[in-house]
Amino acid sequence: MKHIVIIGGGIAGIETACALTDAGHWVTVIEKDSQLGGKLNNWSYLFPDFTPTEKITVELQAKCRDKDFSILTSTEISTILRKDGKFNIETSSDQKLEADAVVVATGYELFDAHRKEEYGYKIYDHVITSADLEELLKPGGDLTVAAGKYPKRIAFVHCVGSRDEKSGNHYCSKVCCITGVKQAIELKMRLPDAEIFCFYMDLRMYGKHFEELYREAQEKYDIQFIRGRLSEASEKIDKSLLIKSEDTLSGRPLKMNVDLMVLLVGMEAGKGTANAAKACGIGCEESGFLKTTDTFLKSNFSEQEGIFLAGSCTAPMSVNDTILHARSAAMEVKHWLSKR
Amino acid sequence: METTPFILPFTIGLLFISCFLVIIIGIWISSLSRIDKSRIIHSILTKKSWFAIREIVMESLLHRKIFRKNPVLGYMHMSLAFGWFLLIVVGHIEACNHYQTFSVPAYMAIFMRYFVTEPSTTLSGKILSASMDLLLLFVLSGVVLAYYKRANSRLFGMKKTTQLKLGDRIALISLWLIFPLRFLAESVSAGIHHNGSIISHPTGELLASIFPVHSFEMPLWWAYSGALGLFFFALPVSRYMHIPVEVVLIFLRNYGIKVQKRIGGYSRIQVYSCSRCGICLDSCQMSHAAIKDTQSVYILKHIRNKNLTDEKLFNCLLCGRCQPDCPVGLELNNLRITQRIESTKEYNSSYEYLKNGKIAVSPQTEVIYFAGCMTHLTPAIIKSVKEIFAVAGVKYWFMDEEKTACCGRPLMQVGQYEAAKKLIEHNRMQILSSGVKKIVVSCPICYKVFNEDYALPGIRVMHHSEYLLELMADKRLPINKLPLRVVYHDPCELGRGSSIYHQPRLLLDEYVELIPIKNEKKTALCCGGSLANIKIQMNERNQIRDTALDEYLAYQPDLLATACPLCKKTFTKSNKLPIHDIAEIVYMAILNKMDIEINISTQIEKANADKNLRF
Amino acid sequence: MKNFGYSIIKQRTIDYDQFDGRLLNEVLEMEPSFKVCLSCGGCTATCSAGDLVSFNVRRMNLLLRRGETIELESEIQKCMLCGKCMLVCPRGINLRNVIMLIKKSIAKYKPINS
Repeated sequence: MKHIVIIGGGIAGIETACALTDAGHWVTVIEKDSQLGGKLNNWSYLFPDFTPTEKITVELQAKCRDKDFSILTSTEISTILRKDGKFNIETSSDQKLEADAVVVATGYELFDAHRKEEYGYKIYDHVITSADLEELLKPGGDLTVAAGKYPKRIAFVHCVGSRDEKSGNHYCSKVCCITGVKQAIELKMRLPDAEIFCFYMDLRMYGKHFEELYREAQEKYDIQFIRGRLSEASEKIDKSLLIKSEDTLSGRPLKMNVDLMVLLVGMEAGKGTANAAKACGIGCEESGFLKTTDTFLKSNFSEQEGIFLAGSCTAPMSVNDTILHARSAAMEVKHWLSKR
Repeated sequence: METTPFILPFTIGLLFISCFLVIIIGIWISSLSRIDKSRIIHSILTKKSWFAIREIVMESLLHRKIFRKNPVLGYMHMSLAFGWFLLIVVGHIEACNHYQTFSVPAYMAIFMRYFVTEPSTTLSGKILSASMDLLLLFVLSGVVLAYYKRANSRLFGMKKTTQLKLGDRIALISLWLIFPLRFLAESVSAGIHHNGSIISHPTGELLASIFPVHSFEMPLWWAYSGALGLFFFALPVSRYMHIPVEVVLIFLRNYGIKVQKRIGGYSRIQVYSCSRCGICLDSCQMSHAAIKDTQSVYILKHIRNKNLTDEKLFNCLLCGRCQPDCPVGLELNNLRITQRIESTKEYNSSYEYLKNGKIAVSPQTEVIYFAGCMTHLTPAIIKSVKEIFAVAGVKYWFMDEEKTACCGRPLMQVGQYEAAKKLIEHNRMQILSSGVKKIVVSCPICYKVFNEDYALPGIRVMHHSEYLLELMADKRLPINKLPLRVVYHDPCELGRGSSIYHQPRLLLDEYVELIPIKNEKKTALCCGGSLANIKIQMNERNQIRDTALDEYLAYQPDLLATACPLCKKTFTKSNKLPIHDIAEIVYMAILNKMDIEINISTQIEKANADKNLRF
Repeated sequence: MKNFGYSIIKQRTIDYDQFDGRLLNEVLEMEPSFKVCLSCGGCTATCSAGDLVSFNVRRMNLLLRRGETIELESEIQKCMLCGKCMLVCPRGINLRNVIMLIKKSIAKYKPINS
C-alpha cells in the first residue's frame, strides 16, 4: 500500500485525500490549524448561488468520517527529505512519516488590507474587508454603524491587493469581482434602503452564472457600478467616510460620502505556501504561487518528481475550481504511483 | 645668469597657464552677481581671507578630509600636493640662497641642479639640497601610490574609480612622468659633476658607474621640461584644473558666496573645482540599482564637457549623501538643481487657476496643521497627529484637510522654480492671512520649502516631530515607554535637507527603545522613493529600498520609525517589517498608557462597587 | 468677417488614419512605463491640482494617443508635479517624467496652423 502525505487540510487537501483513499491508498493529511476546512470556515455563503458554506463543510466532514485516512491537526511540516525514492517527512510535533508521494495543498492567504493604508483599514471605524463582512452576514450579524443606525450608503472597493504594483501583487485574484457582487446583493437584501456602489477597474465575470448574477445585481438590487479605482478615503467627524475616485466613464473626479466601505481583498500565496515550497524544494512564481511544470497538461505537477500540487496554492481559485483541481491532482498521483 | 634651450617647453607652458588662469578666473569673477562682488570687496581684508588660507593649507595641501575618510588615499594626495608645493617653495629658497639674490627666474629654481655644477659648500646650502632630495622622495612615494591606485583601486577603499578622457590622460601621464624624470635628470647631473645630496649623490654615482651618463643628461632634462610644459598645456582640458580653481573656490566660499539658482561664475568655479576623486561614487545608493553613470562626479564632468543629457541630469534622488563626503566641499545638490533649472526653464506653468483667497480662522487657533499631499495617502499619520492634538488640547486649523495647492518643493526638485513660486505665493497668502504664528507640517518635503523659500516673518515652521517634542517638554503629552526596539530612518529632506536629526530621536527616546545604527544622521540612507528623481524606474527604486531595508533588518528592530509619509509609503510596499511614523508611535504609546489607566480606574471602580455590596 | 452663424465643428469621429504618432512614440520610448496604463483613474482621483481646477491626469494618456496635442498642451500646464498620482498608480507608471517629457517635446509636434 502506497502512502501519500497531503500538506494542508482545506478543501483541496480533503478532496484529494478522499479521492486517493477511494483509489486504495493510505493517506495522511497534515493541517496547521486545529480543524479542517481551511479558509472555507471563514465564509458564510458561496457565489454564484448563495449556497451556505455549511453545506460543503458538513459534506466534507462526513467524507472525512467515512473514509479511512489519518489527519494530523495543529501540525506543520518541518523537513522533507527524499531518500531511496521515498519522502522522509518530519513534523513540528516530531512525528516521522515516510511517504511515496506528497501533495501540496497549502492554499492561500487573504491580502492584509492594512497594507493599503490610503483606504484606512484599522484606521477608520467603518472600513471592513470582504472577510469581515462575511462574518457580519451570518444570521444575527450586527450591521449597524452606530447605535441603531444602519449604513445608508455602502461602497465596495474592488481589486484591493490585486492587480496592484503597490501591493506587490500584479495578478488578478479572480474571485473578488463575483464576491463583491454576491455580497452587495446580500447586503441589499438585509438593508433594502441602502444605496450600494461597486468601484471597479474591470469586472471579470468569468464563471458559470457569474454574469447572470452581475445582471441580477443591477436589475433586481439596484447595485450601481462605477468604473474607477478608489484613490483614498478620509474619515469625517461623524465617522462616515469621504472617498475619492474618478468616474472614468464620465471622465471626472468623484467624491462620495459613505457609511460603510467594504474592501474586496485579494488572495496571496501566503506564508504556509512559502514554507511548503521551501521544505519541498519546489519553485514559486513571481507572484508567490507555486510553479506548475505545464500550464495546460501538467497543472498538478511541481518541479520535483513525486510532489504534486492541488488547489489555490498554484493560483487564485474559486471553491469550485479548487475541488476540480484537487480531483485532478488525485488522478495524477494515482497514475504516477501505478507506474512505479 | 645662464640659460639653455631646454627651459623653453617649461617656460612657455608656465606663461600659457598663467595667462589662461588669469583670464578665465577673471571672467568667472566678473560674472558674479553684484552682491557677490561686494561680498568679495568687503571680505578680502578681513580674517575671512586668513580662514581661507588656513583651509587651503588643510584641504588643498594636506587633504585632511580625504585623510579622515581613507588614510592611504589621503597620504597619496598629500604627498603629491603638499610635497610638490614644498618642492617649489624650498627650491626657490635654495636658488635664492645659492645665487644670493631674490630675483631668481622660475626656471633657475626648477632646473637648478643642471646649472650648478659645484657641490654646495655652505651649511645652509647642504641642508636645503638634502631636504630637496627628501621632498622629491616624498612626492615620488605618492606617485607610486597613484600608479598602484590606477591598477588596483580597492586598496584605497574605493569601489569605483572614474574614467578618463583624452585631456585627462595627457595630463595624468605628464604628471606621472614629471617627478621620476626630475629624479633621473638630477641624479644623472649629480653623477657627472659628482655633486648632489643624500639621495641624488649615491644614485648619480651608481648611474655613472653603469651608464654613459653624459649622453643621457640633455635628453632627460629636455624630457623633464617637456613633461612640465605638456602638463601646463593639458591642464585647462583636464581634471587637474581643480588644483588652481579650488584655491579660488575656497576664498570665495569663505567670503560667503553660494551657488545661486542660475548658472554663473561661481557655479562654474565649483564645476572646475571637482578633482574627480570619485569619493562621491561610493556613497551613492543609485549603484544599488546598478545605475552607475549619473553620480555627481559624472554630472560635473558632463557640465564641463557640455554633453549632459536629461536622462542623467534627472536620474538622481538628490538625497545629498554624496555631499558631506566631497573633499572639496562642493554644493553637489545645488549644482545639479541649477542645471535642472536651466534644462526646464521654458516649461514653467503659470497656474492661473489659483485664486489667492484669504482665510479667516478662529483667533484661538494655536497652530496651522499642514499634512501635505503625500500624507493624505498615509491617513494613520494624520489621524495620530489629530488625536495627539486632542490629547494635548491644541487648537489647530487643518489647512489642507480638503484641498490646497502643493507646497512647491516637488516642482523645485525638478528645476521648476518659477512655477513653484506661484504655488508658494498662493499658500503663503493663506498662511499669513490666518494670523496664526506656528505651522506644523507632517511632510519633510513641505517642511523644507516652508522653512527656506516661504517668506513667513514671525511664523515658526515646525515638523511634527519638533512640535510633539515641544508638547512633551511642556508636559502636555503623557509619557509612556513602550518595550519596542526601534530603528529610526532619517528622511533625506528632514535630516541632511533641514538638519533635523535630534528632535525625532529625543522624542523616540521617551516612547521606545531607540537603536543606534551605522548609517544615520548625515550618512543616513535614502528610502529610494525621492520625488527628485524623475527618471528612475519602479523596480530600481525597489532595489534601493530593499538594500536600505536589509541594512535596517540586520539590527532586528521591532519596527522601523520614520518621519516622512513618502519614506513610509516606499518602505511599506516591501512588507518586510512594520513601518510607522513618529506621530503614530507617540499616539500608540499614549493610547496604550490611557488604556492601562482606564483599566486601572475601572478595576478600582469595580473594587469599590464590590465593597459597597459587601458593606 | 461676417458671422453667418456657422462654426467649424470638430469632427466627432476619431480619424485614426490622420493620427500623428511621433509625440506619442517619443514619450513612450523615453518612458516605457506609460504603456501600461489601465485607465483606472486613481491618479485623477487623488490629484492635488484636480481639487482646485478641472483637470484629469488620466486623460493625458488618451489625448496623447488620439493626437489631441493642442488640448494636451494646455491641460498639462495644470499639473503641480506633487507626485501623489505615482503613489496610487497600480501599474507603477512614472507619471512625473511623462508630464515633463510631454512638456518638453510638445512644441516639436504641434500642428502649425494652431
